[in-house]
Amino acid sequence: MTAAFVAGADVPLKRRLKRAERTRQLRALGLVLPLLAFLLFTFVVPIAGMIWKSVDDWEVPQVMPQTVAALERWNGQGLPDEAAFAALAADIRTAREAGNLAVAAKRLNYVVNGFRTTLLSTGRKLKEQPAPGTAKATLIEIAPAWGERESWAAIKSASGPVTSYYLLAAVDLTRNPDGAVVHAPADQSIYRDVFLRTFEIGFGVTALCLILGFPVAYLLANLPTGRSNLLMIFVLLPFWTSLLVRTCAWIVILQSEGIVNGSLQWLGVIDEPLRLIYNRFGVYMAMTHVLLPFMILPLYSVMRGISPAYMRAAASLGAAPTTAFLRIYLPQTIPGIGAGCLLVFILAIGYYITPALVGGAADQMISYFIAFYTTETVNWGLASALGAVLLLSTVVLAVLYGKLALGRQTTGGLKN
Amino acid sequence: MSKIKVALGFAATFTALTALSSAASARDLTVVSWGGAYQDVQKKVYFEPFKATGTPMNDESWDGGVGVLRAKVQGGASTWDVVQVESEELALGCDEGLYEKLNYSKIGGEDAYLPATVNACGVGAIVYDFVLGYDKDKLKDAPKSWADFFDTKKFPGKRGLRQGAKTTLEIALMADGVAPADVYKVLGTEAGVERAFKKLDTIKNDIVWWKAGAQPPQLLASGEVAMTSVYNGRIDAANKKENKNFGMVWNGALYTIDSWVILKGSPNQEAAYKFLNFVGKAENQAKLSEGIAYGTSNKKAPSLLSKAVLTDLPTSPDNMKNAVEINTDFWLENIDRLTERFNKWAAK
Repeated sequence: MTAAFVAGADVPLKRRLKRAERTRQLRALGLVLPLLAFLLFTFVVPIAGMIWKSVDDWEVPQVMPQTVAALERWNGQGLPDEAAFAALAADIRTAREAGNLAVAAKRLNYVVNGFRTTLLSTGRKLKEQPAPGTAKATLIEIAPAWGERESWAAIKSASGPVTSYYLLAAVDLTRNPDGAVVHAPADQSIYRDVFLRTFEIGFGVTALCLILGFPVAYLLANLPTGRSNLLMIFVLLPFWTSLLVRTCAWIVILQSEGIVNGSLQWLGVIDEPLRLIYNRFGVYMAMTHVLLPFMILPLYSVMRGISPAYMRAAASLGAAPTTAFLRIYLPQTIPGIGAGCLLVFILAIGYYITPALVGGAADQMISYFIAFYTTETVNWGLASALGAVLLLSTVVLAVLYGKLALGRQTTGGLKN
Repeated sequence: MSKIKVALGFAATFTALTALSSAASARDLTVVSWGGAYQDVQKKVYFEPFKATGTPMNDESWDGGVGVLRAKVQGGASTWDVVQVESEELALGCDEGLYEKLNYSKIGGEDAYLPATVNACGVGAIVYDFVLGYDKDKLKDAPKSWADFFDTKKFPGKRGLRQGAKTTLEIALMADGVAPADVYKVLGTEAGVERAFKKLDTIKNDIVWWKAGAQPPQLLASGEVAMTSVYNGRIDAANKKENKNFGMVWNGALYTIDSWVILKGSPNQEAAYKFLNFVGKAENQAKLSEGIAYGTSNKKAPSLLSKAVLTDLPTSPDNMKNAVEINTDFWLENIDRLTERFNKWAAK
């Protein structure tokens, strides 16, 4: 130690300290490097990829490069020139050879319903490249749609490389042929309602979990160890049961010839079976049950640390039980309430399987639509855009929540 | 020294990787189908006998969605070779180049199959219907058409329909008196779509929406619904296996064709063709129809079946008389728009 110290005496102390500091930092970095890499590949990269997909507009530039180039000169007024028609004819023929015409057709069909038929039937009927100067007449004869400005505006709007189409569609907006942002047609604007519905269910489930979970957590924290452990097992048991099993159990319990309706009818309380499933009631019921442990556990961990002496002190100073609870006990549980609510809410708005199984057609949350566009119709642009909007609104809510409700208090381990 | 170590490390990693990738390509043929009662029958009459011919294979099941296949193929290292797909997945995936172009000379030639089941990217596996299903034990008089399905006065009880616009709108139009042959012509107009939703309004509060093919028989069995739209084979399976007494109405049935495809870049092409050839043979397909009431693609298969089996098949002339083929092109063009419409209507 001293020998090393003397040996290094020619190097200034400041520099040596810095070096030691740097080595320590590097070692610390080395220790968290695996975790960082893991987070990067499993979290950051996929999310960035999803956001990119919501603006990526690759189909038309890839399938119709000549048309895209020819339309750069078009000012959007009237019909494009003969050269653009010739380029389109050439692109359609090449794409049909390569077998990827339908890829562009699918993309353009989002903008103008019916475009798929126009493009594919033109591909079928266009036997050879039209003679120079006749492309316009030939194409319009094959499909009258080519004589409309709207069709060309659609191709131009999808010319890439990036598009705002999907992100706008995710919030019920669209661009008219002139490029101005306008409301989507009324019978197709659903996503704002779906987002609102998603948040409404999220808030509802969070509130129910809080109301039901708070007393249970209190009981858990204040019972003698043996009994509280037994109770804890009851709380954790649903945790270890498959989500699907729990959801299906609710179906069995709540269906019109199920246990609840059966008992009520047998008791003579009701004549007709009540509708308890495949509607909003069923969604609240099943989701609250599934998410309850996520509320109870953070509350319990905070309540464990609250000394009963405070309440005794409040009582001895003459506070009524209600006053003591509201002014002494409750404020101390705020971090637990905050953590539990945030956890339940964020889990709830991303829920898929439970609302899909126990909800009706009017109870589907945003996750259902993301899954639908991902797997069924392969509209990955819209699926990503809906995902991006959900992600953004979740982040905004979490930040707002952290700022408003908690001020500079701790968030029970959840940093904001 | 350290450079040699690095080089050695690289070499070792590289060898390990190539060993891994060759192990991946050396996997057995994997065939993917729809699961449930249907795949049980397939195991018995297709997969097991095919294994006995000397080619090892595994089978898996999936819930459909061309997005799944896109992710498999584009992600590389796909673990599936032969997949059974619905008509829309066939069309979309074929457009996107997700499937190998089929060489029909290896599977008995195009002429062996019904023309409607021959496609450049896939060969027909089964023909099946969406029919009106009901529980004979619970309904005194049998419903005869989709119009009865919408008549909640004469036939009290809830109704099950597949969640979404597809099949639901066609059924609503037929219930409203549109002839099966004209369904898509009417649905292609704005007025036709309005008309379908208006008809659906009349029973809106009595509808239970199902999502997976296994649900309708459960809904019937639990008494949750009095009638439901359902795949014909599921009714048949429930009657045979679970001693249910379910009935079907073929009038106004919607039929469609599922196909076998080979995923692009499958390392097991040869085995895949052997498999397709095996399941394309009339004698094997006849056994499938005996196990579950689905029609098949080989022209000669029906001639090997008994009268009793034939009458319950979607492909029997009587059952085809008033049936509509689900129009794939129509839905490819309109699915996004009508899905939004449908959800708008559902949320009202």
